[in-house]
Amino acid sequence: MSSPASTPGGRKRGRNTNPPTRKFPTCSILLGQDSSTGDLMPMPTSPATDILSPAAPQDTSLLSSPRPSVPPNEVDMSSPLMYGTPMRGTPARQRPDLGSVRKAPQVDLHSEPPSADGAVASESNAGQRLVIWGTDVNVGTCKEKFQRFLQRFVDPTSTEDENAGLDLNEPLYMQKLEEISVVGDPVMNVNCRHVQSFDAELYRQLTCYPQEVIPTFDMAVNELFFERFPDSFLEYQIQVRPYNAVKTKSMRSLNPEDIDQLITISGMVIRTSQLIPEMQEAFFQCQVCAYSTRVEVDRGRIAEPAVCRHCNTTHSLALIHNRSVFSDKQMIKIQESPEDMPAGQTPHTTIVYAHNDLVDKVQPGDRVNITGIYRAVPMRVNPRQSNVKSVYKTHIDAIHFRKTDEKRLHGLDEEAEQKLFTEDRVQTLKELAAKPDVYERLSSALAPSIYEHEDIKKGILLQLFGGTRKDFSQTGRGNFRAEVNILLCGDPGTSKSQLLQYVYNLVPRGQYTSGKGSSAVGLTAYVMKDPETRQLVLQTGALVLSDNGICCIDEFDKMSDNTRSVLHEVMEQQTLSIAKAGIICQLNARTAVLAAANPVESQWNPKKTTIENIQLPHTLLSRFDLIFLMLDPQDEAYDRRLAHHLVSLYYQTEEQMEEEFLDMAVLKDYIAYARTYINPRLSEEASQALIEAYVDMRKIGSGRGMVSAYPRQLESLIRLAEAHAKVRFSEKVETIDVEEAKRLHREALKQSATDPRTGFVDISILTTGMSATARKRKEEVTQALKKLIQAKGKTPAMKYQQLLDDLRGQSETAITKELFDEALRALADEDYLTVTGKTVRLLA
Amino acid sequence: MPSTHDWINDPVGVVEGMFAASQSNPSSGWEARAVEFFKDRLKEKDAHTLVPSLNDIPMHYLKPNSLVKFRCFIQDMFDPEFYMGVYETVDPATQAKTLRCGKYKDVTECGVDFNSKNTVTAERQTFYCVPIPGENPWVKERYANSSQARVVPSTSYVPSRQKRSYEEDDDMDTQPQKQREAHAGPQSPTEHHGNGDCKRQETEAPSSQMTSASHLDLNFPLPGEKGPSCLVKVYEDWDSFKLNDMLEVYGILSVSPALSALADEKDASSNLLDPTESMETAEEQRVHCPPASLVPRLHMLYAKQLQHNNPLLPSAATSEDNSAFLASTLSEMPSVREELLAYLTHVLLGDALAAEYLILHLISNVYVRRDVLPLGKFTLNMSGCPTVASYTERLYQIIQQLVPSSHYLGMSLQNMNQIRLVPKKDYVANRLVSGALQLAKNTSLYLDETQLEQGQLDTTGVRNVTALGNLISWQKVDYDFNYHQMEFPCNINVLIASEGRSLLPSDCQIHLQTQVAPSHLEEYLSTMHMLSQASSQLNKFRIYLSVARLLDYSISDEVTKSVEDDFVDMRKDDPQSISAEDLHRMLVVARLLSLSQGQTSLSRDSWLRAKHIEALRRSRMEQHKCVNGNEP
Repeated sequence: MSSPASTPGGRKRGRNTNPPTRKFPTCSILLGQDSSTGDLMPMPTSPATDILSPAAPQDTSLLSSPRPSVPPNEVDMSSPLMYGTPMRGTPARQRPDLGSVRKAPQVDLHSEPPSADGAVASESNAGQRLVIWGTDVNVGTCKEKFQRFLQRFVDPTSTEDENAGLDLNEPLYMQKLEEISVVGDPVMNVNCRHVQSFDAELYRQLTCYPQEVIPTFDMAVNELFFERFPDSFLEYQIQVRPYNAVKTKSMRSLNPEDIDQLITISGMVIRTSQLIPEMQEAFFQCQVCAYSTRVEVDRGRIAEPAVCRHCNTTHSLALIHNRSVFSDKQMIKIQESPEDMPAGQTPHTTIVYAHNDLVDKVQPGDRVNITGIYRAVPMRVNPRQSNVKSVYKTHIDAIHFRKTDEKRLHGLDEEAEQKLFTEDRVQTLKELAAKPDVYERLSSALAPSIYEHEDIKKGILLQLFGGTRKDFSQTGRGNFRAEVNILLCGDPGTSKSQLLQYVYNLVPRGQYTSGKGSSAVGLTAYVMKDPETRQLVLQTGALVLSDNGICCIDEFDKMSDNTRSVLHEVMEQQTLSIAKAGIICQLNARTAVLAAANPVESQWNPKKTTIENIQLPHTLLSRFDLIFLMLDPQDEAYDRRLAHHLVSLYYQTEEQMEEEFLDMAVLKDYIAYARTYINPRLSEEASQALIEAYVDMRKIGSGRGMVSAYPRQLESLIRLAEAHAKVRFSEKVETIDVEEAKRLHREALKQSATDPRTGFVDISILTTGMSATARKRKEEVTQALKKLIQAKGKTPAMKYQQLLDDLRGQSETAITKELFDEALRALADEDYLTVTGKTVRLLA
Repeated sequence: MPSTHDWINDPVGVVEGMFAASQSNPSSGWEARAVEFFKDRLKEKDAHTLVPSLNDIPMHYLKPNSLVKFRCFIQDMFDPEFYMGVYETVDPATQAKTLRCGKYKDVTECGVDFNSKNTVTAERQTFYCVPIPGENPWVKERYANSSQARVVPSTSYVPSRQKRSYEEDDDMDTQPQKQREAHAGPQSPTEHHGNGDCKRQETEAPSSQMTSASHLDLNFPLPGEKGPSCLVKVYEDWDSFKLNDMLEVYGILSVSPALSALADEKDASSNLLDPTESMETAEEQRVHCPPASLVPRLHMLYAKQLQHNNPLLPSAATSEDNSAFLASTLSEMPSVREELLAYLTHVLLGDALAAEYLILHLISNVYVRRDVLPLGKFTLNMSGCPTVASYTERLYQIIQQLVPSSHYLGMSLQNMNQIRLVPKKDYVANRLVSGALQLAKNTSLYLDETQLEQGQLDTTGVRNVTALGNLISWQKVDYDFNYHQMEFPCNINVLIASEGRSLLPSDCQIHLQTQVAPSHLEEYLSTMHMLSQASSQLNKFRIYLSVARLLDYSISDEVTKSVEDDFVDMRKDDPQSISAEDLHRMLVVARLLSLSQGQTSLSRDSWLRAKHIEALRRSRMEQHKCVNGNEP
């Protein structure tokens, strides 16, 4: 592994005998490729001729670029064309993704080829500047520029997860080179945005002529690498993989002008093909004299040699399959992601070819960003046919994949989440935020077709914004919940479902399920065996899918207990644990829950507590930050306004409605912007105000021996205050935010936690499922019962019914059977007595 | 200027002429002019009737590369494709280069120079179009009769069918046959009028769908449909078209056998050497490049979106024409309404109130959406339908005669568990497999719940019922894209006929009160007066129903005020009696009632009348509740 000219090197693909120069025809920047003949390169067919003669002269004839540092050699190693040559013994690997597989000439749509017709290279103004045919790329300059970029580019503000662990003040890519030398994975991912900010011209060339520029980059990076780490061993030479071309296109906007350019598109993988071995080079052996020869694929065809060069027998050569060279290839179908689609159209699909190690990197269902070269290939000309279909086949040769939904399983990748906002849009949003009544404006823009319920809308608005995410995992407390959970309950027909539908349509990661139809499995995740691959696949349910979004659950009360139980974990810990079919994992489910429940007795009974009305376990109820009642207020002024609202709904035209309310799109952007960019923190005064508010809440009840607030309520308050600060685009939570949070919280409490017996707000209804008065009452009955039993003296057993009658006779207030049972149970808990069937036995 | 004959029979010649002329003057925008030329031609009086229509003329009578029209429905949208807009050919003998135009063509001339600098790549979009699903026979007939295009198979023309059989093996030959079989078997429920056995048809339908799917499935949304389907190539503003739009496409018919030959060629040649060619699966190949003789290509020159497919109305070419027509019919509307009411009362066994509601239902239309809420829909649940003498099916036949497109869906258990209602994306073939809910706007969907018996719904069944529920409540269908669902808004009039209250939601339920004793029902039905197919009265009804839908509507401030007052008063008396939902319904009823009388704004009288009939309906429901207590 020393001399480049003589080492066959560690090629893996069964080419043990070929001399290194054989690589010439496969070089991807070979100039002949874009020219019309394609046969410009003499096809080396015998070892005798191809060691020296054809390559070198040709080189000079095509490109006499300034030769940089490399010592003169018998084969001109400095020429860019030598890109494919083993460098210090490390073999190059073909890059079919760049089209080094020869194809028919590409449709050339760039309008600016500076070269004159047919000229192989053109000289522009001063000093022997030569460019690759059909482009304005000068290999030498391009290489130098890229090396400079690698050596100097620093991005101190980088937040990408890929750069984790790197020193941000040192040249980023040099550190990556070091990483390559250590890890030995010869792939260098280059963020195009970095290139753009460093050298816009270089970036332009990269996107316009990727097929020519990327090999140049490869060359540059390899020179640099082997200069710095001369002793490192790589399987093959480093390949540069640019990604994140700023010219990101949606699939819909791809047009003929993008052909042969570097593009980045996002989409969802819908199908992957089997691995396709693609022949790169055919191996022929003469049946007579065993002389062997190789033929490169040319435009998808192999020209079988008719005559053996050695023994001159005709038609004696046979193809030896297992000595031919194949490369891996896979067809992947990508579909537009549902978010980028205009309404009423079907999604487009595009074919992507993945090569070599990119094969099997993605699975159907993955959301990916693909960087690659867009290609259009005309239908093959068939000599037997007079005319051809005038349609091109298009595909993308993938250079880089980036999965966008991985973060759902791993950490949160804020970068990918970021939506791009134009300057103008940000300006409009900020102007809107500066308005003093922005809170009211936004809340009224929410579901304008639903009448009033201002506080509920405000609550949902705060839910849409969410609190600030706090991470205490370092101290072992884990994440604090930042999402606000809301429960709406009330009479049927008070447009609860409509509100849910609206929210579901508004947020990008919304899920809508109905409690009636969903099982625990449908909400969480299930394991499925893929019918094709027989692999176990984890299919995520509604809660996981709405990670970072809102999960709307209608008919919450109709959900089975089993299903509801999974919500406990989700609603406080924000994770989902799965132990199923050998898969044990914890998925993130940082979802806000918006649920709607109907009262048990179809109509809300104002004489009963919330718990009694909807019959949900209080453990679950206490996890809701806000519980709202949607009731028919039954008052005349309200009726009038309602009627007006409804009638105007029916006769106003679309435009009139638009004027009155904010556009749904603006609202969407506003929320998205606030969620990504605004992370409010509590100010000093605000924390003081929060403390006071909490103490006040505790005080309300203490006078009557009731607890009216728990720490959970304090957390709710903080979340709401933070969300309100987000609405104002404020980085600081201030007193007004706390005020509003307090007000909203109180409003919700007033509705849901008022004890119908006393008329007081009593938080214990929600936390223990029973109001304090009811608990006191129970206590009293228990005591009375105990006294009664004691008064009876030493009777070891009593009749149940008789005891109840006795107690009823004694007590001045009515005692229900339930109350009596509870009292008995309480006494049984004290080990005072046991109840067996209809008899009550005392325990000694 | 080319004569009439030219532009219909040889549109390609016209286009090429313009292309050639533009070569001397490159910035002339010949493409826009070509489109403009055809538009102008078609504007001329009755010119569009001269163009033969794919809907009523068998394909083998049509000349390839002639101008045809097609009244269709966009069932699926394929990916955009790049084609050679301009290319250069080299004459092998003389080496002379000629520039040629590739627009509106599938196949290039021979001797294309792929490396020419003058090649221009352009983009076009392909839509898969089928005839309007559920279009009733009277509509088809009427359109066919109004056409003046007389197409006679010319002597110089060799039918493509015949030509194909020379070139190709039996595999190709069997296809059209199978196709014919698939269609000959079950008739669509839309096809028979009189024999009234929809039930049998429906149960047979799924099986027929399966057999045709195995070979070449033309992917019609409704089972048992027939007619040509077309790959429409769109050259301009394809973004303005949406899935499920109704279109009238004027375009150049291309049935070049070379297209199918090309596909064959590919199968035959070895795939080993060029894997790029074998990437598309056989299914995909079949769907995207079906034989041109079965699925012709239509290169769109001009298309207009259809607001309705009622042949008795002007097709809304210009809005002035249209409004003039509307104005002329307005005055007649009250009298037609009386006649229709009498007729429907007769059909609904003497129940005038139900007839009134049926009219309202038939003219209902989602006219606007407020965020998620569709306004103007009026799903009617007609409960208490007699189950004897296949009454519900007869009722459907009556409706079929009145509306341009409709579909009968018997909600038997078997049907619900088997048929595909929701369209689903088939990723193997890369197309949208249609379902019965993929319907054009204002199609009447008739759900016969009297067919439902006790039993178990399986997963498909539950999904189908949910889909129907969503359709009724939100007027949307969630198409199944496997990895996600996509919501498509729709505008379908759903009428549910049931014995008791329907299990599906509805905007309004009316219980049928027959004036006919059950014992006489059979007799009554047999003597039931059916209007003859072409009677002028029936045509009047048809015009009436379509026109009422197209009218504008408004509410004056005064009336608004009085409606509000009314509502407050009603609430004052008894808050439980009327909820916001009731007000919603009353506003819709009032709107439809006004429109049914040809009034374009709500009058006090109409409002009172709406209140009145609502009260009648409610009292009837109360009554009914008392009669058999198990009703909720």
